Amino acid sequence: MISFENVNKWYGPELQVLNDVTAEVNKGEVVVLCGPSGSGKTTLIRTINRLEPINSGKITVNGQETHAKSANVNRLRREIGFVFQQFNLFPHMSVMDNITLAPRKLKGMSRPEAEEKALKLLARVGLEEKAGAYPSQLSGGQSQRVAIARSLAMDPPIILFDEPTSALDPEMVGEVLAVIKGLAHTGITMMCVTHEMGFARDVADRVWFLDKGVLLEDAKPGEFFSNPKHPRAQRFLADLRH
Amino acid sequence: MGYEFDFSAVLTDQYIGWLLSGIRITLMLSAGAWLLSFAVGTALAVLRATNFKPAVWLVATFVEIHQNIPLLVQVLFWYFAMPEILPEAWRDWLNQNNSEFILAMIAIAMCHAAYISEALRSGLRAVPVTQYEAGRSFGFSYLQTMSYIVVPQALRLSIPPLVNHSLLLFKNTSIAMAIGVHELTYQTRQIDSDTFRTFEIFLVATILYILMSFVIMAAGNLAERRFGMGAR
Repeated sequence: MISFENVNKWYGPELQVLNDVTAEVNKGEVVVLCGPSGSGKTTLIRTINRLEPINSGKITVNGQETHAKSANVNRLRREIGFVFQQFNLFPHMSVMDNITLAPRKLKGMSRPEAEEKALKLLARVGLEEKAGAYPSQLSGGQSQRVAIARSLAMDPPIILFDEPTSALDPEMVGEVLAVIKGLAHTGITMMCVTHEMGFARDVADRVWFLDKGVLLEDAKPGEFFSNPKHPRAQRFLADLRH
Repeated sequence: MGYEFDFSAVLTDQYIGWLLSGIRITLMLSAGAWLLSFAVGTALAVLRATNFKPAVWLVATFVEIHQNIPLLVQVLFWYFAMPEILPEAWRDWLNQNNSEFILAMIAIAMCHAAYISEALRSGLRAVPVTQYEAGRSFGFSYLQTMSYIVVPQALRLSIPPLVNHSLLLFKNTSIAMAIGVHELTYQTRQIDSDTFRTFEIFLVATILYILMSFVIMAAGNLAERRFGMGAR
């Protein structure tokens, strides 16, 4: 579904943020990206829908090379939901309009049809009563759940989460993770950058560990957590337990 | 203080008629220039936001020229100089269609478009880049992202300076009298030279301007409450 072939990205000769990343995500799989901060996790996930350019290598999504000059980036992005760390809800629109904007404008869905769908999605994230609210009236956890519903409104086969719980108060992490868990293994392909190792253990099919732009581990969670191969991953996991 | 006020001399039916027609022209000139300046100002701000070098340069030049030359000079320039370089047919059309009103409106609109584009630019810069990124991540094009997501927020953030500029534009329509547009200040001068009741008629004009300014300020407050980013 998503494949990386020798992907490199650098800022000048000194700073290599992605170093020869080669890996594959299968359809319907849940991959969790972890690693110390500055390791390139966020950069990697943002290269998939071309929010970040790459310097060399090849990224293919659903058979299409996304960084090719000929690629239609707007069409490609419709197929890839993206959930940001800071939610990025549109503050001048109600929750309902936040969710229906893309399906109405990009898929030509009628307003009643889009709103019916939005209500179903809001119910799925447990916020059907917030349809008329504005983002400023929502808590962080609610905002992120709306942002997830907003991404789902386009029915993307792929959804990418960039540290979806890092900006949340601790007591709100659970509600967001529960929603993401509910999406896993429903056919949608998911990649999630997160520091929530419990979530990785429970939900991920595979865990990728990055350090200094290098993909050091690509393992099943059981394997990764109990028996990490690379010393850097061992140290990372040991540090987390403190 | 031996001056005796005599408002009855300036508030005859005839002069009230002049004042009303002055108010009408002032309002028409304000409304026309306002609409035009917002259209041009928005286009300039969006053009500048593209970060395309020639566009940025063009807009910056437009803004500098219009902010650094007195409005009176700009009005005189549009009225006396511009028609010279226009095609014959346009000039004839202007002369048959109240050229001083149209040219004053354009001059005032262009000048204020510069200010409005700057106010909008600061509004655009106040919209976080992540909003733009979120729009693009859905598959919206640059123009779609700007028109659905970024510009509506920038407009809301810019309401206070935009209200100020609207007020300024309204007051600056008085400069159109210099090229013979029969707006309120022009009519005031006419009544003054008819009656020599300078103090009275300028007091009346002052009050009329203040009343109309209040309406604009009230409309601005309403807009701020209804559409401002704090409004819910």
